[in-house]
Amino acid sequence: MPHSQKTGSSMIKITFIDSTGEKRVVDAEEGSTVMEAAIRNSIPEITAECGGACACATCHVYVAEEYLDRTGKPEANEEDMLDFAYAVQGNSRLSCQIKVTPALEGLVITTPPRQG
Amino acid sequence: MEDCIKTDVVIVGAGPVGLFAVFELGLLDIKCHLIDILPRAGGQCSELYPEKPIYDIPGHPMVTGQELVEKLLVQIEPFHPTFHFEQMVTEIETLGTSSAPAFRVKTDGGSTLECKAILVAAGGGSFQPKKPPIDGIDAYEQKSVHYAVRKMDDFRGKDVVIVGGGDSALDWTLNLQPVAKTLTLVHRRDDFRAAPHSVKAMRDLVADGKIALKIGQITSLTGNDGVLSSVSMKGSNGALVDIPCEMLVPFFGLTMKLGPVASWGLNLNENLVPVDTAQFETNVPGIFAVGDINHYPGKLKLILCGFHEASLSAQKVHHYVYPDKKLTFQYTTSSTNLQKKLGVA
Repeated sequence: MPHSQKTGSSMIKITFIDSTGEKRVVDAEEGSTVMEAAIRNSIPEITAECGGACACATCHVYVAEEYLDRTGKPEANEEDMLDFAYAVQGNSRLSCQIKVTPALEGLVITTPPRQG
Repeated sequence: MEDCIKTDVVIVGAGPVGLFAVFELGLLDIKCHLIDILPRAGGQCSELYPEKPIYDIPGHPMVTGQELVEKLLVQIEPFHPTFHFEQMVTEIETLGTSSAPAFRVKTDGGSTLECKAILVAAGGGSFQPKKPPIDGIDAYEQKSVHYAVRKMDDFRGKDVVIVGGGDSALDWTLNLQPVAKTLTLVHRRDDFRAAPHSVKAMRDLVADGKIALKIGQITSLTGNDGVLSSVSMKGSNGALVDIPCEMLVPFFGLTMKLGPVASWGLNLNENLVPVDTAQFETNVPGIFAVGDINHYPGKLKLILCGFHEASLSAQKVHHYVYPDKKLTFQYTTSSTNLQKKLGVA
């Protein structure tokens, strides 16, 4: 799916921790999604097969507890897609559905070992 | 063996690019058969994002995946393509020579087709059921783990566990309940995306004690020699529960796998098929690759690039199908000949 490239928006730091514990810090553009930030920065363990259409559940991530209030809860269609993910937890989200906002500065995301 | 179908071109994949190839080939009097593992045309557009707007199709400021597919089907209607759905090409046999190629194509649905050229328009590969990453699940796949129900009789008198919350999971829960010895539906939450009437029917069966509904996720399998005896489920409270299970039917949606494409003698580069950029032909003369599955310097996985590739490859396909005919370039706006083929002249 196509995505638009915005200019002039601010950068937000996101830390991705993979299933082996390795940390990678990336700059994510405000208005993009956590999935897009991961793909642009070649973060492993995120497949995003459908390109952000909330249609495949292969960008499944865990959001650090302290950020859950700010990332919000999955909407019904995201919950439906999470049915296709594995090892789903209370803090599970599809990263294509988390919009990057200044409130998410410092966001910590953990990735599952497999997307299926 | 079923009769062998003879045609000019076999197109592997009925997504947008495979469909548009029918149009470009049709203008050149080339007949096509399309084969797709899905039950309908459209590929990812229909399967992954039917309702999502696409903004980068020239001339369509906004079109949904499903609308685009429907319009393409109307556009290719004059050429009467034949579709073979719910089949996967398993084997390609080379019959001809490199200057006069010919192929025999076999599918897992028992169809055999003979053609002069093949267009691989397989996108991200074939859609196949997702396998839950439970340790050791492969060992049970022949006898006890099934991603689809083919013969209901196989489930008669068995302890059956169905996993999932969509229509497939609920439909098979309702259908297998009368034949199974016990049936347990496992889902990660007490909310179902299946049609409300099937959810109600399922809840009635639970209330009557005819099936069990358990909320949680399967974590491990127990059995011998590929035959399951039980599965272990982690409930929402974290506690592990053992469920008797001889037949496990997980429904976790579809994923794309390259599949048999890898065994057709084509060069591959990271699961993509390298092609030349003049004709989009692979290393095997007569086999072309168009759309998301191909690769060349500067490649972009855009539908519009696939359309371009289909139109250029058609020129070389014409050479294989009609080796003695000279191809004259014509416009649909002005050529009476093309307009006749489109049924508008």
